Amino acid sequence: MNMLYILKKFSRALLTVLLIVTTVFVVLRLSGDPAIYVLGLDADPRALDAFRQQWGLNLPIWQQYLQFLGNCLQGDFGYSYFEERDAITAVLERLPKTLQLMGITGLCTLLIGIPAGIYAALHRNSWIDRLTMLVSVAGFSLPNFVLGIFLILLFSVTWQLLPTSGSGSWQHLVMPVLTMTVAEAAVFARFTRSAMLEVLHQPYMRTARAKGLRWHQAVCRHALPNAAIPLITVVGFFVGTLVAGGVVTETLFAWPGLGRLLVSSVANRDLAVVQIIVMLIACSMVLTNLVIDLLYGWLDPRVGSLRTGD
Amino acid sequence: MMNSIVTPEAPATPLLRIRNLHCAFKSKARTVLFGPRSLIHAVNGVSFDIQAGEAFGVVGESGCGKSTTAKLVLNMARACEGSVQYRGQELTGLSDAAWKPLRRKLQYVFQDPLGALDPRMRVLDQVIEPLIIHQLHDRAQRRQLAEDLLHSVGLQSSHLGKYPHELSGGQRQRVVLARALILKPELLICDEPISALDVSIQAQIVNLLQQLRRDMGLTLLFISHDLSIVRHLCDRVAVMYLGQVVEMGPAHQLFSAPRHPYTQALISAIPKVEPGVPRERISLVGEPPSPADPPHGCRFHPRCRQATERCRQQSPELLSDRKNHAVACFEARIPLEEMA
Amino acid sequence: MTTLTDTNVYPRRRFRLPLLIWLSVAWLALMVLVAVTGDLWLPYDYQSIDLRARLEPPVWLADGSWSHLLGTDHLGRDVLSRLVISVQVSLLVALIGTLIGALFGTLVGLFAAHFRGWVDDLVMIAIDYQASIPFMILALAVVAFFSNSLMLFILLMGIFGWERYARITRGLALSSIQHGYAVAVRTLGASPWRIYGRHILPNIANALIVNMTLNFPQTIMLETSLSFLGLGIQPPMTSLGNMVGFGRDYLLTAWWLATLPALVIFLTTLAFALLGDWVRDKLDPTSR
Repeated sequence: MNMLYILKKFSRALLTVLLIVTTVFVVLRLSGDPAIYVLGLDADPRALDAFRQQWGLNLPIWQQYLQFLGNCLQGDFGYSYFEERDAITAVLERLPKTLQLMGITGLCTLLIGIPAGIYAALHRNSWIDRLTMLVSVAGFSLPNFVLGIFLILLFSVTWQLLPTSGSGSWQHLVMPVLTMTVAEAAVFARFTRSAMLEVLHQPYMRTARAKGLRWHQAVCRHALPNAAIPLITVVGFFVGTLVAGGVVTETLFAWPGLGRLLVSSVANRDLAVVQIIVMLIACSMVLTNLVIDLLYGWLDPRVGSLRTGD
Repeated sequence: MMNSIVTPEAPATPLLRIRNLHCAFKSKARTVLFGPRSLIHAVNGVSFDIQAGEAFGVVGESGCGKSTTAKLVLNMARACEGSVQYRGQELTGLSDAAWKPLRRKLQYVFQDPLGALDPRMRVLDQVIEPLIIHQLHDRAQRRQLAEDLLHSVGLQSSHLGKYPHELSGGQRQRVVLARALILKPELLICDEPISALDVSIQAQIVNLLQQLRRDMGLTLLFISHDLSIVRHLCDRVAVMYLGQVVEMGPAHQLFSAPRHPYTQALISAIPKVEPGVPRERISLVGEPPSPADPPHGCRFHPRCRQATERCRQQSPELLSDRKNHAVACFEARIPLEEMA
Repeated sequence: MTTLTDTNVYPRRRFRLPLLIWLSVAWLALMVLVAVTGDLWLPYDYQSIDLRARLEPPVWLADGSWSHLLGTDHLGRDVLSRLVISVQVSLLVALIGTLIGALFGTLVGLFAAHFRGWVDDLVMIAIDYQASIPFMILALAVVAFFSNSLMLFILLMGIFGWERYARITRGLALSSIQHGYAVAVRTLGASPWRIYGRHILPNIANALIVNMTLNFPQTIMLETSLSFLGLGIQPPMTSLGNMVGFGRDYLLTAWWLATLPALVIFLTTLAFALLGDWVRDKLDPTSR
């Protein structure tokens, strides 16, 4: 992997972040006059003017844009009139809960999805393989909230084992994590399986066997590391569905995280909060993709060797 | 509408006149970070004429620019410089609309017949498609014409309803030929038309081309890396190396007395049929240099056994003798009395 | 066509139990039939409120009655009628969304392939941009900024999938424009319309149809998810996700309110996924 490749990926990521911030700015301005939105249609014109003066809304649009960029850099994202405090404070307060949920889900996904995929690939055509794939299709085509509803019916209504909503104890975590893990693990198992199958058919596997390695040695030394490379590309998709699934799951189980805040802010049209969360998610996606690209370039020399002259 | 074969020495306007044709591509790679992209000169000052009724061959190694030259003639690639004239009409820079009537006169036969045919269309539809595009004839006539043509390229009516993947390689190339010929073109450009075919089929297609040429009064621009077939089929031949014509002349002369060291090497590599005739095999040293960075002076000098200091400094011009046998080499021995 | 492929890397094939496919087709056919003919036989208007008959259970439960086969909701509205209308709305929205996405994406892909240069660069940036952000977040932001309306919502469902169609179309069109039959047809004098319409599109149609089978159930999932959050289809209209969302508050007292539409969603998306998988194996040229 050379500098050009890294530089190219970095500049691409920076450009995307700038594009995202710009889009948010444009959309904010397109969506209406913030003064009227905050103070109401029947507000005193003088009050409106004063508001515009205060927030720089009477400046030329490019100055407003620069100001917006500057504010973003300083971490000043505006005031949430609904929460009645700085929007960023409200967002940061919810962040740990979401990270907790996503972290545990991610861990469970890896622990279930990858072994299941490997096992299915190594025992192709067995009934376990078929079952894994059928569950994977079902899990993938099951919207989060539908699965969540079924789980609530089972664990809370019928067996009365777990609380239906809220947070605080490990019991609260079980159903949200389970809901999200099923869909994610389904995708992961499937990808792992096809990546493994691809690798198992490669000539170097036959060579490894021919030179006297036992089957499990060949699998551990040659198949697994090579199958891991395509799996890295799935991680971006994985984080994306985790974020989107998190929004629905948090709302369903009244989990006090970012996703639920986003949904309620959208419903209340609390734009300051919405814009922060959207930018936060977008930037973490860009970061994820950057890390994936770099990791991929590092692991797979064919990708990383973007040479200057050819 | 069909020409009889015109004798090549007619001084009238040639069917196709190519003068000083240049074509360069921007390569993807940059020499320096953020620096300019390097230019690849695929065709670098090519000139030749093709008379009506003649079969003109262009030979050379892959990457020498022979296919690009054909594409430039047909406006499938843009020329940077130079002129292509068809019956005196300038072709470079014409719009697509102005090209349309000319497409009837100039047709192209592809190297890979499977790729050149739409996999989802029946043979009949593909063969009559040129007629539809140019709005010629009615349905019944189109079908009749297609059927006649398929017969003359050696296929049966039963092939009309087939899809390309149901045909053999040779049959596909016959279909491609039929599609090219249904417009009754004057010039047929064949770009390696047989190299994708089995050897046993190659001869059939070459013979078919020869027969069609006779029957329909076709002019051929035949591009190939296979010298023995060019010798068999063509009246005149141009040899290209790194985007330039290095030797050009009547086929029998060029093959019997090649003057350029490169041509000599190519010809010496043709497998001989008659055994027992001892022959010196001239082998070329090294690979052809990259067209992105051609050598100074004569482009062939790094691989040439006869290269002198002059060859490294200056680039030789293509000079012709009285028999229209031209060569671009300082060391080529052209008999004095034949100098033009 | 050929059966050579069974030996290889595409082992999903083993799941093509014809029985499952048949069941999927049967279920989807039932849904379409219900959606199309629903208005003819619905027992109640889906909006008519009957406060004396609130939260009645379905007919097979202890207190169920034949007057409301699937029970009633918290306002005494007939669940069966609402379910049928919801199926109508959800399928229709997903269908229109998929069509908009396919049309727009294919056109953009063709434009990028035809003009190349900066048009292509711009399209690629837009594709990467959309692909890098989960669409649900994008949709939520749009709804927040522009407030919700049916038109906007359907448009959003269309925008959801365009980038995949565009990517596929662009890639395939580029490869066929640069070599092969498209070049051949061009040298015959064909206009771009003819090249794209008669040659390139029919040849890439399979890939686009395969993508549609993926895109359609995903659009259903997106629509129902957003409606579940209360940010999609708005009352008084109803959709499957909407019903689950309102039913969620009554899970402890009237479980059928959320469970029945949830079941319909699950079976429908599952049927689509199974069927789509099967169609993909039949059509996808890369799996040959």
